[in-house]
Amino acid sequence: MKRYVFGILVANKFGVLTRVSSMFTRRGFNIDTLTVGETQSPELSRITVCMMGDEYSKTQIIKQLDKMHDVKQVQVMERDETVFRELLLIKVKNDSDTRQDVLSAVDVFRAKIVDYTPEALCIEITGETSKINAFIELVKPYGIMEICRTGLVALERGGSCMGCE
Amino acid sequence: MKLTGAQIIIETLVEQGCDRVFGYPGGQIINTYDELYKSRDRIRHIITAHEQGAAHAADGFARATGKTGVVIATSGPGATNLVTGIATAYLDSVPMVAITGNVPCNLLGRDSFQEVDICGVTLPITKHNYIVKDVRELADTIREAFRLAKSGRPGPVLVDVPKDVQIASCEFENAVVAPAFESPKASGDDIAEAVKMIEQSQKPYIYCGGGVISGSAGKEVMDFADLIDSPIGCSMMGISAVPYSNERFLGMQGMHGHYASSMAQSEADLVIAVGARFSDRATGKMSVYVRNCKVLHIDVDDAEIDKNVTSQLGINGDVKETLRKLIASVSKQERPEWSKRIKELKQKEASFVYKSDIMTPYDVIETVNGKIPSDCAIATDVGQHQMWVAQHYRFEKPRTFISSGGLGTMGFGLGAAIGASVATGKTVVLFTGDGSFGMNLNELATAVSINAPVIVIIMNNGVLGMVRQWQTLFFEKRHSNTTLNRKTDFVALAEAFGASGFRAENTEELSAAIDEAMEKGGPAVIDCKIDPNEFVLPMLPPGGSIDDIITEIHGGEI
Repeated sequence: MKRYVFGILVANKFGVLTRVSSMFTRRGFNIDTLTVGETQSPELSRITVCMMGDEYSKTQIIKQLDKMHDVKQVQVMERDETVFRELLLIKVKNDSDTRQDVLSAVDVFRAKIVDYTPEALCIEITGETSKINAFIELVKPYGIMEICRTGLVALERGGSCMGCE
Repeated sequence: MKLTGAQIIIETLVEQGCDRVFGYPGGQIINTYDELYKSRDRIRHIITAHEQGAAHAADGFARATGKTGVVIATSGPGATNLVTGIATAYLDSVPMVAITGNVPCNLLGRDSFQEVDICGVTLPITKHNYIVKDVRELADTIREAFRLAKSGRPGPVLVDVPKDVQIASCEFENAVVAPAFESPKASGDDIAEAVKMIEQSQKPYIYCGGGVISGSAGKEVMDFADLIDSPIGCSMMGISAVPYSNERFLGMQGMHGHYASSMAQSEADLVIAVGARFSDRATGKMSVYVRNCKVLHIDVDDAEIDKNVTSQLGINGDVKETLRKLIASVSKQERPEWSKRIKELKQKEASFVYKSDIMTPYDVIETVNGKIPSDCAIATDVGQHQMWVAQHYRFEKPRTFISSGGLGTMGFGLGAAIGASVATGKTVVLFTGDGSFGMNLNELATAVSINAPVIVIIMNNGVLGMVRQWQTLFFEKRHSNTTLNRKTDFVALAEAFGASGFRAENTEELSAAIDEAMEKGGPAVIDCKIDPNEFVLPMLPPGGSIDDIITEIHGGEI
């Protein structure tokens, strides 16, 4: 089993996300994260799907996606040639005993405090999945109240781009 | 010119060459039916007894001709009644366009009367579907639906049209019918590699699927087989692609396949799959299926390659064109040893003769086969009768075998037979069982209304024979709910519907009934009693392989 990330350009139309995501379910492939948003062209949306699978699943997914009328382009985002990012918002207990430790962690990880109340610190951090996971592990002892993460987005390094001729 | 959505639906149907549609009216499609009424000289609408029958009829129409079948239904239950028909077409790659009405856009999402999200429901069983919320997009959407339905690997496409979109109007201009999207082409490297595999092979075997029929490549398969000196087998969907009389043809392989075909496959060192998808019913246990052979897989749908079986070479391309390229590149092969072995297998198969004092399913099929011209379509339902027909009927012309393969839809046959007869104008024979027939026999009403020349042959054994066969063999004869204690008088039933009804207890009576039915021309039902203890053989047990093939059964024991 290996982690695969797919960049999928789709028509920016009603229901396309359902079409794409339900294909994964129907064919028995488990999605770890899925993000979707508009692109440089108003006609296209970009879906990034991250999943664990084998070579067979990877090939089948590409072929099944390619068959869908609303899917314009599919690309496997290779680890070495891609910039991966994920964004995490995390709420940690604001406690005078541990506050300094939390703030140092924020500093070291180049995270940001985006909200501060007597009860809680709300922290924003972006990075690769491994960095996000490490940060969560680090602040766990201080009392995590809530977590919200976006899932992976991915762009190929260099000048080439999906959706360009 | 300015047209309403309903008028645009009619105009685009005519534009796409559609002159016959099947369907059932209702509240949210009433405007389109109003236009159908006004255009009844251009489009013939056949109203069925149930929307499911209409969907199967559109499917049968498409299977018999290769043209896209069209079915129209209203919202809610009208649309959901199409679902089994659409799924049947999807699994067997049949080009179909389904048009459904829906509640007006402002009522969508409010659980309005007869509202169903039919696009959501049919998402996994259509090639694509649309809900059109702007009348200006309606014409191009219907055009695209037709284009998608017939392109590449064909399939059903659904267009859902809310009522207010049928009423709204916009400018409309006719357009030229767009050609199908271009199919992928085999590369020169692929062809060279395939040629190498074929020339290295000692014992090739060609496995035809439904793609050979939809790709009109039967002749190419035969030429190719002659060139490389190979036998030809097929999946159930591949039946009729190659004439039964072709001496290389061994028949269907798989769970209830011909002995010679399944054996030849298992002994082959190269399986050349053409427009086939290695369904579990066609292969049995996959590890055994491929233990002696390499696989060369040719298919227009890239997603089929390496899906169910890992091929040594997959060629993604139109089957006809790919075969032509192969024929131009392969040198003439002669394989006397292999041909001899194939002959032996055929001889062994011929020795499995089964006789009985009472009329057997084989007698029924043989009698029909002898009387019905080879260009008439033969439809089936699903179950034992279907397998017997698939095994024993001698199909000579492509598109004459009309049967639900992938989905295995009991109740498919009558609607499909009506659709095929509307398409061809010829007699269509439906082989069915008393179980399958019971599911959608209401369509007899349709057959009578349009005086369709459909001859229904019921292989009546009073049981759900296929499931019962499994229960006998694998569930210690616990015949749970497969013995139908019904008292249906099919002759009286046929007559009540206004069709002719006959009873046949032997082949003479059957023969006479067919003659009379043909002479009358309209729909007829012939009730043929057969023995409930007949088995479909040979059989590979579910999950089993050629090693487990069952060729005889005595008293229900293996």
